[in-house]
Amino acid sequence: MNKDFDRRSFMRLAGLAGVVFASGLGGSARAEEADDFFFVQLSDSHWGFEGEANPDAHGTLSKAVAAVNALPQAPDFIMFTGDLTHTTDDPHERRERMRTFRDLVSPLKAGALRFIPGEHDAALDRGRAFQEFFGPTHYSFDHKGVHFIALDNVSDPGASLGAEQLAWLADDLSRQPAQARIVVFAHRPLFDLAPQWDWATRDGARAVALLQQHENVTVFYGHIHQEHHQMTGAIAHHAATSLIFPLPAPGSQPRRTPLPWDAAQPYRGLGWREVALSRTADQAPVLQQRPVQGGQA
Amino acid sequence: MNGTPLQRRQWLGGAALVLGLGSSAWALGAARPRVIRVVARKFEFVPREIRVRRGETVELQLSAPEVPMGIHVIGLELRADIVPGQVTRLRLTPEQEGRFDFLCDVFCGSGHEDMSGVLVVEGP
Repeated sequence: MNKDFDRRSFMRLAGLAGVVFASGLGGSARAEEADDFFFVQLSDSHWGFEGEANPDAHGTLSKAVAAVNALPQAPDFIMFTGDLTHTTDDPHERRERMRTFRDLVSPLKAGALRFIPGEHDAALDRGRAFQEFFGPTHYSFDHKGVHFIALDNVSDPGASLGAEQLAWLADDLSRQPAQARIVVFAHRPLFDLAPQWDWATRDGARAVALLQQHENVTVFYGHIHQEHHQMTGAIAHHAATSLIFPLPAPGSQPRRTPLPWDAAQPYRGLGWREVALSRTADQAPVLQQRPVQGGQA
Repeated sequence: MNGTPLQRRQWLGGAALVLGLGSSAWALGAARPRVIRVVARKFEFVPREIRVRRGETVELQLSAPEVPMGIHVIGLELRADIVPGQVTRLRLTPEQEGRFDFLCDVFCGSGHEDMSGVLVVEGP
Protein backbone atom coordinates (compact mmCIF):
# COMPACT_ATOMS: atom_id res chain seq x y z
CA MET A 1 0.00 0.00 0.00
CA ASN A 2 1.19 3.51 -0.81
CA LYS A 3 2.42 5.00 2.43
CA ASP A 4 1.38 8.58 1.65
CA PHE A 5 -2.08 7.49 0.68
CA ASP A 6 -2.27 5.37 3.81
CA ARG A 7 -1.21 8.30 5.98
CA ARG A 8 -3.74 10.66 4.43
CA SER A 9 -6.49 8.11 4.84
CA PHE A 10 -5.58 7.57 8.47
CA MET A 11 -5.59 11.24 9.35
CA ARG A 12 -8.78 11.83 7.42
CA LEU A 13 -10.41 8.99 9.34
CA ALA A 14 -9.69 10.91 12.52
CA GLY A 15 -12.60 13.06 11.52
CA LEU A 16 -14.84 10.02 11.08
CA ALA A 17 -13.89 8.20 14.22
CA GLY A 18 -17.38 7.82 15.60
CA VAL A 19 -18.28 5.45 12.80
CA VAL A 20 -16.04 2.72 14.11
CA PHE A 21 -15.92 2.79 17.87
CA ALA A 22 -17.94 5.70 19.19
CA SER A 23 -20.85 3.44 20.07
CA GLY A 24 -23.55 6.04 20.06
CA LEU A 25 -21.40 9.02 20.86
CA GLY A 26 -22.78 10.72 17.79
CA GLY A 27 -19.56 11.49 15.95
CA SER A 28 -19.94 13.36 12.71
CA ALA A 29 -17.60 13.78 9.78
CA ARG A 30 -15.40 16.83 10.15
CA ALA A 31 -12.31 18.15 8.50
CA GLU A 32 -8.96 17.49 10.10
CA GLU A 33 -8.33 20.06 12.83
CA ALA A 34 -5.15 21.83 13.72
CA ASP A 35 -4.92 20.07 17.06
CA ASP A 36 -5.54 16.59 15.76
CA PHE A 37 -2.64 14.37 16.63
CA PHE A 38 -1.64 10.76 16.92
CA PHE A 39 0.34 8.58 19.26
CA VAL A 40 1.80 5.11 18.90
CA GLN A 41 1.14 2.18 21.22
CA LEU A 42 3.82 -0.49 21.52
CA SER A 43 3.32 -3.41 23.85
CA ASP A 44 4.65 -6.68 25.20
CA SER A 45 8.14 -6.80 23.73
CA HIS A 46 9.27 -9.24 26.47
CA TRP A 47 12.93 -8.40 26.00
CA GLY A 48 14.91 -11.36 27.33
CA PHE A 49 12.48 -14.01 26.08
CA GLU A 50 14.10 -16.97 24.34
CA GLY A 51 12.04 -19.65 22.67
CA GLU A 52 10.68 -21.25 19.54
CA ALA A 53 7.70 -18.91 19.53
CA ASN A 54 9.98 -16.23 18.09
CA PRO A 55 13.33 -17.19 16.49
CA ASP A 56 13.99 -13.47 15.97
CA ALA A 57 13.43 -12.50 19.61
CA HIS A 58 16.53 -10.31 19.46
CA GLY A 59 15.45 -8.48 16.32
CA THR A 60 11.70 -7.96 16.48
CA LEU A 61 11.68 -4.92 18.76
CA SER A 62 14.29 -3.17 16.62
CA LYS A 63 12.18 -3.81 13.53
CA ALA A 64 9.25 -2.08 15.19
CA VAL A 65 11.46 0.84 16.24
CA ALA A 66 12.66 1.20 12.65
CA ALA A 67 9.11 1.05 11.33
CA VAL A 68 7.90 3.78 13.70
CA ASN A 69 10.88 5.94 12.76
CA ALA A 70 9.99 5.47 9.10
CA LEU A 71 6.59 7.11 9.56
CA PRO A 72 6.32 10.28 7.50
CA GLN A 73 5.36 12.17 10.63
CA ALA A 74 6.61 11.45 14.13
CA PRO A 75 3.94 10.69 16.73
CA ASP A 76 3.34 13.16 19.53
CA PHE A 77 4.28 10.42 21.96
CA ILE A 78 4.76 6.70 22.20
CA MET A 79 3.23 4.65 24.98
CA PHE A 80 4.56 1.21 25.91
CA THR A 81 1.79 -0.69 27.67
CA GLY A 82 3.89 -3.09 29.67
CA ASP A 83 5.89 -6.29 29.58
CA LEU A 84 8.81 -4.38 28.19
CA THR A 85 10.97 -7.20 29.51
CA HIS A 86 10.46 -10.89 30.13
CA THR A 87 10.47 -11.79 33.80
CA THR A 88 13.46 -13.19 35.63
CA ASP A 89 13.99 -14.10 39.28
CA ASP A 90 17.43 -12.44 39.22
CA PRO A 91 17.21 -8.73 40.17
CA HIS A 92 20.52 -7.99 38.42
CA GLU A 93 19.39 -9.66 35.21
CA ARG A 94 16.05 -7.84 35.45
CA ARG A 95 17.88 -4.52 35.43
CA GLU A 96 20.14 -5.63 32.60
CA ARG A 97 17.08 -6.42 30.50
CA MET A 98 15.53 -3.05 31.31
CA ARG A 99 18.77 -1.26 30.48
CA THR A 100 19.04 -3.05 27.12
CA PHE A 101 15.38 -2.41 26.36
CA ARG A 102 15.83 1.27 27.13
CA ASP A 103 18.85 1.44 24.83
CA LEU A 104 16.95 -0.29 22.03
CA VAL A 105 13.98 2.10 22.15
CA SER A 106 15.96 5.29 22.76
CA PRO A 107 16.35 5.97 18.98
CA LEU A 108 12.57 6.27 18.64
CA LYS A 109 11.52 9.59 17.14
CA ALA A 110 8.57 10.99 19.07
CA GLY A 111 7.63 13.93 21.19
CA ALA A 112 7.94 11.77 24.29
CA LEU A 113 8.38 8.15 25.31
CA ARG A 114 6.11 6.94 28.08
CA PHE A 115 5.96 3.59 29.84
CA ILE A 116 3.84 1.52 32.16
CA PRO A 117 4.89 -1.88 33.49
CA GLY A 118 3.52 -5.33 32.83
CA GLU A 119 3.57 -8.11 35.37
CA HIS A 120 6.77 -9.46 33.81
CA ASP A 121 8.46 -6.14 34.59
CA ALA A 122 7.05 -5.41 37.99
CA ALA A 123 5.23 -8.20 39.80
CA LEU A 124 8.25 -9.88 41.39
CA ASP A 125 9.64 -6.70 42.99
CA ARG A 126 6.48 -4.58 43.11
CA GLY A 127 7.81 -2.28 40.41
CA ARG A 128 11.09 -1.31 42.07
CA ALA A 129 13.39 -1.93 39.08
CA PHE A 130 10.85 -0.47 36.64
CA GLN A 131 10.71 2.76 38.62
CA GLU A 132 14.49 3.03 38.62
CA PHE A 133 14.52 3.03 34.82
CA PHE A 134 11.18 4.41 33.72
CA GLY A 135 9.69 6.39 36.60
CA PRO A 136 6.28 6.13 38.26
CA THR A 137 4.06 3.16 37.46
CA HIS A 138 0.87 5.21 37.42
CA TYR A 139 0.38 8.84 36.47
CA SER A 140 -1.70 11.20 34.36
CA PHE A 141 -0.97 13.94 31.88
CA ASP A 142 -2.78 16.24 29.49
CA HIS A 143 -2.04 16.66 25.82
CA LYS A 144 -3.89 18.81 23.30
CA GLY A 145 -7.18 18.70 25.10
CA VAL A 146 -7.11 15.02 26.03
CA HIS A 147 -6.60 13.72 29.56
CA PHE A 148 -4.44 10.59 29.70
CA ILE A 149 -4.33 8.25 32.68
CA ALA A 150 -1.76 5.47 33.03
CA LEU A 151 -2.74 2.76 35.51
CA ASP A 152 -0.68 0.05 37.18
CA ASN A 153 -2.54 -3.24 37.60
CA VAL A 154 0.59 -5.40 37.69
CA SER A 155 2.93 -4.32 40.51
CA ASP A 156 0.63 -6.23 42.83
CA PRO A 157 1.30 -9.84 41.78
CA GLY A 158 -2.37 -10.52 42.54
CA ALA A 159 -3.35 -8.17 39.70
CA SER A 160 -5.09 -5.51 41.76
CA LEU A 161 -4.96 -1.77 41.38
CA GLY A 162 -5.34 -1.44 45.13
CA ALA A 163 -7.26 0.98 47.30
CA GLU A 164 -4.58 3.67 47.21
CA GLN A 165 -4.40 3.82 43.42
CA LEU A 166 -8.18 3.69 43.12
CA ALA A 167 -8.42 6.67 45.48
CA TRP A 168 -5.84 8.48 43.36
CA LEU A 169 -7.86 7.65 40.24
CA ALA A 170 -11.07 8.95 41.80
CA ASP A 171 -9.33 12.17 42.78
CA ASP A 172 -7.78 12.57 39.33
CA LEU A 173 -11.12 12.01 37.60
CA SER A 174 -12.89 14.41 39.95
CA ARG A 175 -10.88 17.21 38.37
CA GLN A 176 -12.20 16.37 34.91
CA PRO A 177 -15.60 17.47 33.59
CA ALA A 178 -18.01 14.69 32.63
CA GLN A 179 -17.49 15.45 28.95
CA ALA A 180 -13.69 15.40 29.08
CA ARG A 181 -11.88 13.25 26.56
CA ILE A 182 -10.13 10.61 28.60
CA VAL A 183 -7.74 7.91 27.41
CA VAL A 184 -6.61 5.26 29.86
CA PHE A 185 -3.60 2.98 29.56
CA ALA A 186 -3.20 -0.26 31.49
CA HIS A 187 -1.41 -3.52 30.98
CA ARG A 188 -4.10 -6.01 31.93
CA PRO A 189 -7.70 -5.67 30.82
CA LEU A 190 -9.75 -3.77 33.38
CA PHE A 191 -12.71 -6.08 32.76
CA ASP A 192 -13.03 -9.86 33.04
CA LEU A 193 -11.95 -10.84 29.56
CA ALA A 194 -10.88 -14.41 30.37
CA PRO A 195 -10.47 -15.07 34.09
CA GLN A 196 -9.58 -18.70 33.37
CA TRP A 197 -6.41 -17.37 31.74
CA ASP A 198 -5.88 -14.67 34.33
CA TRP A 199 -6.85 -12.05 31.76
CA ALA A 200 -8.51 -9.72 34.22
CA THR A 201 -7.87 -7.18 36.96
CA ARG A 202 -9.14 -8.30 40.33
CA ASP A 203 -10.55 -4.91 41.27
CA GLY A 204 -10.87 -3.64 37.71
CA ALA A 205 -14.63 -3.27 38.06
CA ARG A 206 -14.05 -0.50 40.60
CA ALA A 207 -11.90 1.40 38.13
CA VAL A 208 -14.46 0.92 35.38
CA ALA A 209 -17.20 2.20 37.70
CA LEU A 210 -15.20 5.36 38.29
CA LEU A 211 -14.47 5.81 34.59
CA GLN A 212 -18.10 5.28 33.63
CA GLN A 213 -18.98 8.56 35.30
CA HIS A 214 -17.36 10.20 32.27
CA GLU A 215 -18.79 10.15 28.79
CA ASN A 216 -15.74 9.84 26.54
CA VAL A 217 -13.40 7.18 27.85
CA THR A 218 -11.23 4.82 25.83
CA VAL A 219 -8.87 2.22 27.31
CA PHE A 220 -5.78 0.84 25.60
CA TYR A 221 -4.09 -2.18 27.11
CA GLY A 222 -1.71 -5.05 26.33
CA HIS A 223 -1.13 -8.40 28.04
CA ILE A 224 -3.15 -10.60 25.69
CA HIS A 225 -0.84 -10.26 22.66
CA GLN A 226 -3.56 -9.69 20.08
CA GLU A 227 -6.05 -7.12 18.95
CA HIS A 228 -9.29 -7.26 20.86
CA HIS A 229 -12.07 -4.72 21.07
CA GLN A 230 -14.84 -4.73 23.64
CA MET A 231 -17.27 -2.26 25.13
CA THR A 232 -18.25 -2.06 28.80
CA GLY A 233 -21.10 0.42 28.82
CA ALA A 234 -19.85 3.42 26.86
CA ILE A 235 -16.17 2.61 27.43
CA ALA A 236 -14.21 1.09 24.55
CA HIS A 237 -11.36 -1.26 25.48
CA HIS A 238 -8.71 -2.01 22.85
CA ALA A 239 -6.00 -4.66 23.34
CA ALA A 240 -2.74 -4.41 21.43
CA THR A 241 -0.67 -6.93 19.55
CA SER A 242 2.67 -8.02 20.96
CA LEU A 243 6.22 -7.62 19.72
CA ILE A 244 7.31 -11.13 20.67
CA PHE A 245 4.61 -13.77 20.01
CA PRO A 246 0.84 -13.85 19.57
CA LEU A 247 -1.48 -15.65 21.97
CA PRO A 248 -4.70 -17.51 21.11
CA ALA A 249 -8.11 -15.89 21.20
CA PRO A 250 -9.49 -15.55 24.73
CA GLY A 251 -10.66 -18.91 26.05
CA SER A 252 -10.34 -20.59 22.64
CA GLN A 253 -8.23 -23.50 23.93
CA PRO A 254 -7.43 -25.03 27.30
CA ARG A 255 -4.10 -23.28 27.81
CA ARG A 256 -2.83 -19.85 26.84
CA THR A 257 0.24 -21.13 25.02
CA PRO A 258 1.91 -18.92 22.41
CA LEU A 259 0.86 -19.44 18.82
CA PRO A 260 3.69 -21.19 16.96
CA TRP A 261 6.04 -19.25 14.74
CA ASP A 262 5.08 -19.64 11.09
CA ALA A 263 8.21 -19.64 8.92
CA ALA A 264 6.03 -19.09 5.85
CA GLN A 265 4.60 -15.93 7.43
CA PRO A 266 7.23 -14.69 9.88
CA TYR A 267 6.08 -12.11 12.45
CA ARG A 268 2.45 -12.98 11.76
CA GLY A 269 0.29 -11.60 14.54
CA LEU A 270 2.95 -9.17 15.76
CA GLY A 271 2.64 -5.44 15.40
CA TRP A 272 1.88 -2.05 16.87
CA ARG A 273 -0.71 0.63 16.37
CA GLU A 274 -1.20 4.27 15.69
CA VAL A 275 -4.05 6.07 17.42
CA ALA A 276 -5.37 9.30 15.94
CA LEU A 277 -7.22 11.70 18.18
CA SER A 278 -9.20 14.74 17.30
CA ARG A 279 -9.61 17.55 19.76
CA THR A 280 -13.31 17.38 19.08
CA ALA A 281 -14.97 15.83 22.10
CA ASP A 282 -17.56 13.72 20.30
CA GLN A 283 -15.10 11.76 18.18
CA ALA A 284 -13.59 8.50 19.30
CA PRO A 285 -9.96 7.57 18.62
CA VAL A 286 -9.14 6.00 15.28
CA LEU A 287 -6.91 2.94 15.35
CA GLN A 288 -4.48 1.93 12.65
CA GLN A 289 -2.83 -1.48 13.07
CA ARG A 290 0.73 -1.91 11.75
CA PRO A 291 2.45 -5.26 11.28
CA VAL A 292 6.04 -6.12 12.08
CA GLN A 293 7.78 -6.97 8.85
CA GLY A 294 11.15 -8.49 8.12
CA GLY A 295 14.04 -6.49 6.81
CA GLN A 296 13.24 -3.19 8.51
CA ALA A 297 15.90 -3.19 11.21
CA MET B 1 -15.89 -17.16 29.77
CA ASN B 2 -16.60 -13.48 30.03
CA GLY B 3 -17.62 -12.99 33.65
CA THR B 4 -19.14 -9.71 34.61
CA PRO B 5 -18.12 -7.88 37.78
CA LEU B 6 -21.40 -9.02 39.30
CA GLN B 7 -20.58 -12.61 38.46
CA ARG B 8 -17.18 -12.21 40.09
CA ARG B 9 -18.77 -10.93 43.26
CA GLN B 10 -21.15 -13.87 43.14
CA TRP B 11 -18.17 -16.23 42.84
CA LEU B 12 -16.57 -14.80 45.92
CA GLY B 13 -19.87 -14.85 47.76
CA GLY B 14 -20.35 -18.44 46.70
CA ALA B 15 -16.93 -19.37 47.98
CA ALA B 16 -17.68 -17.85 51.36
CA LEU B 17 -21.00 -19.69 51.48
CA VAL B 18 -19.37 -23.01 50.74
CA LEU B 19 -16.78 -22.43 53.42
CA GLY B 20 -19.44 -21.37 55.91
CA LEU B 21 -21.67 -24.37 55.29
CA GLY B 22 -18.70 -26.67 55.56
CA SER B 23 -17.74 -25.29 58.94
CA SER B 24 -21.28 -25.53 60.26
CA ALA B 25 -21.66 -29.11 59.16
CA TRP B 26 -18.43 -30.03 60.89
CA ALA B 27 -19.48 -28.24 64.08
CA LEU B 28 -22.71 -30.24 64.16
CA GLY B 29 -20.80 -33.48 64.18
CA ALA B 30 -20.76 -34.37 60.50
CA ALA B 31 -17.95 -36.54 59.24
CA ARG B 32 -14.64 -34.76 59.15
CA PRO B 33 -13.96 -33.81 55.54
CA ARG B 34 -11.36 -35.64 53.54
CA VAL B 35 -8.18 -33.62 53.45
CA ILE B 36 -6.34 -33.16 50.17
CA ARG B 37 -2.94 -31.53 50.43
CA VAL B 38 -1.85 -29.46 47.46
CA VAL B 39 1.56 -27.89 47.06
CA ALA B 40 1.89 -24.84 44.82
CA ARG B 41 5.48 -24.70 43.69
CA LYS B 42 7.25 -23.08 40.76
CA PHE B 43 5.51 -23.65 38.40
CA GLU B 44 3.07 -26.44 39.08
CA PHE B 45 0.40 -27.61 41.44
CA VAL B 46 1.16 -30.99 43.04
CA PRO B 47 -1.01 -32.89 42.44
CA ARG B 48 -2.08 -31.29 39.20
CA GLU B 49 -5.30 -33.30 39.11
CA ILE B 50 -7.60 -33.46 42.11
CA ARG B 51 -10.46 -35.96 42.10
CA VAL B 52 -13.49 -35.64 44.36
CA ARG B 53 -17.02 -37.02 44.36
CA ARG B 54 -20.12 -34.97 43.89
CA GLY B 55 -21.62 -34.11 47.28
CA GLU B 56 -18.44 -35.02 49.12
CA THR B 57 -17.05 -32.39 51.47
CA VAL B 58 -13.31 -32.08 51.11
CA GLU B 59 -10.79 -29.66 52.52
CA LEU B 60 -7.97 -28.53 50.28
CA GLN B 61 -4.92 -27.71 52.35
CA LEU B 62 -2.70 -25.59 50.16
CA SER B 63 0.88 -24.59 50.80
CA ALA B 64 3.47 -22.62 48.83
CA PRO B 65 7.04 -23.38 49.94
CA GLU B 66 8.75 -20.82 47.70
CA VAL B 67 6.83 -17.65 46.82
CA PRO B 68 3.27 -16.37 47.22
CA MET B 69 0.82 -18.13 44.94
CA GLY B 70 -2.90 -18.07 44.33
CA ILE B 71 -5.50 -20.59 43.28
CA HIS B 72 -8.59 -19.79 41.28
CA VAL B 73 -10.98 -22.65 40.46
CA ILE B 74 -12.91 -21.57 37.40
CA GLY B 75 -16.60 -22.39 37.53
CA LEU B 76 -16.70 -23.30 41.24
CA GLU B 77 -16.34 -19.72 42.42
CA LEU B 78 -13.32 -20.42 44.56
CA ARG B 79 -10.11 -18.45 44.90
CA ALA B 80 -7.56 -17.94 47.64
CA ASP B 81 -4.07 -16.66 48.26
CA ILE B 82 -1.42 -19.18 49.27
CA VAL B 83 1.25 -17.59 51.43
CA PRO B 84 4.57 -19.26 52.28
CA GLY B 85 4.67 -20.44 55.90
CA GLN B 86 0.90 -20.80 56.14
CA VAL B 87 -1.61 -23.45 55.17
CA THR B 88 -4.60 -22.16 53.22
CA ARG B 89 -7.71 -24.24 53.86
CA LEU B 90 -10.48 -24.32 51.27
CA ARG B 91 -13.49 -26.46 52.10
CA LEU B 92 -15.93 -27.33 49.36
CA THR B 93 -18.84 -29.64 48.62
CA PRO B 94 -19.20 -29.67 44.85
CA GLU B 95 -22.72 -30.35 43.66
CA GLN B 96 -21.94 -30.41 39.96
CA GLU B 97 -20.02 -33.12 38.14
CA GLY B 98 -17.40 -32.09 35.63
CA ARG B 99 -13.86 -30.91 35.12
CA PHE B 100 -13.01 -27.53 36.58
CA ASP B 101 -9.73 -25.91 35.62
CA PHE B 102 -7.79 -24.04 38.24
CA LEU B 103 -4.83 -21.74 37.85
CA CYS B 104 -2.36 -19.67 39.79
CA ASP B 105 -3.59 -16.08 39.71
CA VAL B 106 -0.70 -14.51 41.61
CA PHE B 107 2.22 -13.83 39.28
CA CYS B 108 5.09 -16.04 40.41
CA GLY B 109 7.71 -16.02 37.66
CA SER B 110 8.64 -17.19 34.20
CA GLY B 111 6.43 -20.30 34.26
CA HIS B 112 3.42 -18.61 35.81
CA GLU B 113 1.33 -18.80 32.68
CA ASP B 114 1.67 -22.59 32.60
CA MET B 115 0.71 -23.15 36.22
CA SER B 116 -2.68 -24.78 36.21
CA GLY B 117 -4.55 -27.94 37.11
CA VAL B 118 -7.94 -29.55 37.06
CA LEU B 119 -10.47 -30.48 39.72
CA VAL B 120 -12.46 -33.51 38.59
CA VAL B 121 -15.86 -33.97 40.23
CA GLU B 122 -17.16 -37.49 39.65
CA GLY B 123 -20.50 -39.13 40.31
CA PRO B 124 -21.10 -40.52 43.80
